[in-house]
Amino acid sequence: MAGLATSFGSGAMTNPIDDFLKASTLFVIGSNTTEEHPIIALRIKQAAQKGAKLIVADPREINLCRFANIWLRQRPGTDIALINAMMKVILDERLEDGEFIQERTEGFDEFARALRQVNVPEASQITGVPVEDIVEAARMYATSKPASIAYSMGITQHTHGTGNVMSLANLAMMTGNIGKPGAGINPLRGQNNVQGACDMGALPATLPAYQQVADEQVRRRFEAAWGMPVPAEKGLTVSEMTAAAGAGKIRAMYVVGENPVLSDPDSTHVRHALDNLAFLVVQDIFLTETAQLADVVLPASSFAEKDGTFTNTERRVQRVRKAIEPLAGTRPDWRITCAIAQRLSGHGFDYEGPEDIFAEIAAVTPSYHGITYERLEKGGIQWPCPDQSHPGTPILHVDGFARPSKKGKFVPVDYSGPAETPDEEFPLMLITGRRLTHYHTGVQTRRVKGLQELAPEELVEISPVDAETMGIEDGDMVRVSSRRGRLEAKSRVTERSLPGSVFMSFHYHESPANVLTNPALDPVAKIPEFKTCAVRVERI
Amino acid sequence: METFSLTIDGIPVAAQHGQTILEAARTAGIYIPNLCADPDLAPYGACRLCVVEVDGARGLPTACSTPATPGMVVRTDTPNVNMVRRGVVELLISDHPEDCLTCPRNQHCELQKIAAYVGVREQRFRKLHRPPIVDDSNPFFRRDLSKCILCGKCVRACAEILNVGAVNFINRGYRTYIGTLGERPLVESNCESCGLCVEVCPTGALASKNGKAPSREVNTICGYCAVGCGIKLGVRGQELVGSTGDPENEVNHGNLCVKGRYGYGFVNHADRLTSPLIKKDGDFVKASWDEALDLIAENFGKHRGDAFGVLSSARCTNEENYLIQKFARGVMGTNNVDHCARL
Repeated sequence: MAGLATSFGSGAMTNPIDDFLKASTLFVIGSNTTEEHPIIALRIKQAAQKGAKLIVADPREINLCRFANIWLRQRPGTDIALINAMMKVILDERLEDGEFIQERTEGFDEFARALRQVNVPEASQITGVPVEDIVEAARMYATSKPASIAYSMGITQHTHGTGNVMSLANLAMMTGNIGKPGAGINPLRGQNNVQGACDMGALPATLPAYQQVADEQVRRRFEAAWGMPVPAEKGLTVSEMTAAAGAGKIRAMYVVGENPVLSDPDSTHVRHALDNLAFLVVQDIFLTETAQLADVVLPASSFAEKDGTFTNTERRVQRVRKAIEPLAGTRPDWRITCAIAQRLSGHGFDYEGPEDIFAEIAAVTPSYHGITYERLEKGGIQWPCPDQSHPGTPILHVDGFARPSKKGKFVPVDYSGPAETPDEEFPLMLITGRRLTHYHTGVQTRRVKGLQELAPEELVEISPVDAETMGIEDGDMVRVSSRRGRLEAKSRVTERSLPGSVFMSFHYHESPANVLTNPALDPVAKIPEFKTCAVRVERI
Repeated sequence: METFSLTIDGIPVAAQHGQTILEAARTAGIYIPNLCADPDLAPYGACRLCVVEVDGARGLPTACSTPATPGMVVRTDTPNVNMVRRGVVELLISDHPEDCLTCPRNQHCELQKIAAYVGVREQRFRKLHRPPIVDDSNPFFRRDLSKCILCGKCVRACAEILNVGAVNFINRGYRTYIGTLGERPLVESNCESCGLCVEVCPTGALASKNGKAPSREVNTICGYCAVGCGIKLGVRGQELVGSTGDPENEVNHGNLCVKGRYGYGFVNHADRLTSPLIKKDGDFVKASWDEALDLIAENFGKHRGDAFGVLSSARCTNEENYLIQKFARGVMGTNNVDHCARL
C-alpha cells in the first residue's frame, strides 16, 4: 500500500472487480488468483474467454497460466527487473502515452533517464524470462488498451515490495492505464476486512481514512471528537511490536482475532517474544496457537453472530448481518473492547450497537462521510463517498491523483534481489502462500470437516528436476530447514514448481511454514519477505 | 435499451433485443416449463420442455433458444404443446427412481415441479429400473447418476461460468452419462468443489450431503477472503446449515467458491471458546466475564503508553477495528496498533 500511496497518493484497488471484464489486456503478477481470490479469478477467466489478452507473471505454474496468452516465469524476487525491462521496451518502441504523461504525471524525465540504463538481455538473465517474451508482453500491455494490472502478496511480501508496487505504478502511468474503466492497478487484498481495518486506522501511523497521527490538526480533530488525547508519535508495526516485546520494551499486549504465532515470519522468535510479555490478552473464537500463550483469553463471537460492516478489496463497504445469536458465553468483539475501555477510562465507549459506532466512524472518516446503514440496505458503497447524495466512487484517479499536486509521481526503482539467496547449505528458494481449500492459519477451515477431508495435510511442492537430484519421490516425507527452523511434511513432486524453488502454504500447524520464513522487512511498508527465503529439503 | 412488444398467451409483453422468448416470458412473470435453461448459461435446447407455438413458425420452437421478435404471437398452452411436453416428461420419469419422499431434492426438484405442472398422473411407458450410480467422493455433495436427466447444466456451468470443466458427457444415446476425465471420482478430478453444479442441478442427481434445510436465510458477507462475496446464510434454530451466493450482490453476482459455500462449519464447532479463561500456574481456568475483565483492566492499567501494544483484526468488522484503535490511542495512550495487513 505504501508504494501506491507514494505514486498515486492512495493505496487501494483503483477499479472495481467487474472492470476486469472490461479490460482488453489483463496483467496478473504475484497473484495465484484462482486459489486466493477465486471469484475474482472467475472474472479474469471470463474476460480471457471473451477475448481479452492475459499476461501471467509467476514463478509457479498457477491455474491462470492455462488461460494466459503469455506466461512469464520469472525467478522469485526478480519482479522489478522484469517490469523495468518491459518499460524499457515500451520506451524504446515509443509505445508510451505521451499525452497522459504530460498532463497527469510528474517526474517522467528523471524516471526515463534511469530506465534508459536498463538492459533487456541482462534482465532476461536475471529473471530467467526469454527476451522475446518480455518484448511481446510489453507490447501487448502497452498497445491493447485498456489494460488492467492485478497483483497480490507475491508482489508485496518482499524486502523490495514497495519498489515492486511503484514499478507497476510506473508501468500503468507511462501507458495511461489509470483512471479509466477496464484499466488501473488492483492490489487484491488478503483478509476479508483488511481494507476496512486499514481504513479504520488500525495502523501505527494513521487514524481513520489514512489521516496522519503526526499531523497536529488531525490529532486535534480526533481529540475533540473523542474527548481523549491522541499520542503524536507514530507507533510500531506488527513485526516491530514483536521485536519490542522480545526486547522487553512492550510489556503488555491485547491481541484480537490474530494468530501471529503461525502467521508471522520466524515463529520461534514470535513465540519467545510473546512469552516475554508481563501480560497478554488474546480475544478469539478458538484457542489458537497464540491464545495458548495468553494470560487471559476472551471468547468472541464469529462474523455470523454480529452486525457490522466489512470493506472489501475494491473499497466496497457492505453490511454484515447477524444470522444467529452469539454462542452462549461469547460476546461480539465490539462489546468486549467497550467493556475493557470503560473499566480503564471510566467514560465514553457507551455505544448502543454497531450502527451507533458506524455513525461516529462516518463523522470522523472523510471517505465514509456519506455512508449510513440505511443506504447500505440497498447494496454496498465504494469509498470515497463524501456526502449522502454521493453514489460512491468505483474508479479512482479519474480526474486527478490523490497527491497534493493532483499528479501521479514516477519513481525510478532499481532492481535488488531478495534478502536471502540460495547457497550451498540452503540451495532452494521457498515460496509461501495459500491454497484454495484452506485459509490463513487454518483456525477456521481446518475445523470444517469437508475442507479438512479435501486437503488434510501440507504438501511441499518441488520440481521433478530438484526431486531427482535429492532422491525424493512424490509422497515421500521430507524435512525442510532454513537458518531459522525446520519442519517435516509430505512432498508433492510437480511441474508447477520452478526448478530451484519449493512451495508451501502456512495453513498447517503441524508443519508451520513460518518457522522457516525470513523476518527481513521491506524498509518502507514493513512487510516481511514471506515469498522468498533459502531452504534445504531432505528425504527422511 | 430499446424495447419492443410481443404477445404471450394473449398478454402484451415488453422485451429487449437479444432476449429469447423464455427470457421475455420470465421477465413478464409467465412460467414456461424448462429443465436445461439458466439465465447465466447460453441457450442449449436439450430438454424440449419449453416448446411453444409461434404464429407463422413451423413446428414447435423451443422458447429458450428462439429470439423474441417484435409483434411475435406466442402460445405456451396449446394441445400440441401439452402433448409434446407430456411425452417428454413421461420419458424422463420412465427410468427415474421413485424415491421422491426420501430424495434430498424432494420439494426442490424441477422434474417434480414440471411433472406436476404438466399433470402426469400415470405411466404409459414400461418402467426401467436403474440402480443408484453414486460418486460419494466429495465431502460436501454426492452424485447419483441414476437421477441424472442429462440436461447438461452441471457441464455447462462448470465450463461457461467457472472455466473449470471438471465434468462432461461420456458416450452417446441411452448410454450417455456425466463423468470426469478418465472417469475418476470427482475428488480426484480438477473439480474445485465450489458446488455450483449442485445449485444448478434440477434433480437429485447432485445433492448436498447436509440433510438440513434452513428455516430462514440471512443476507451477509462471506468472512474469508477480501473479495467480499454476498452470501445467504441458511439458519435452523441457532445453527448454520447452509450458505448460498446472493445473486443480487454486485461483487459475486451469486457465484461462490468452496469456502464461501461450505466453509461455515467452524461457527457451531464444539471447539469454540465459550468462557473467559485465566491462566493460573500454567493452566487455563474458566472465569466469569467480570473476573476476567477486572484482571485485564488492572494489568493494562500498569502498562499504559508505549509499553502497550494492540493487534487489531482484519477478520473483525469496521466498527470493531475503529473501536480497537480508539481504545489503543485514546485510552492506552499509544499508537502501537496494527493488524495483519502485511501478512
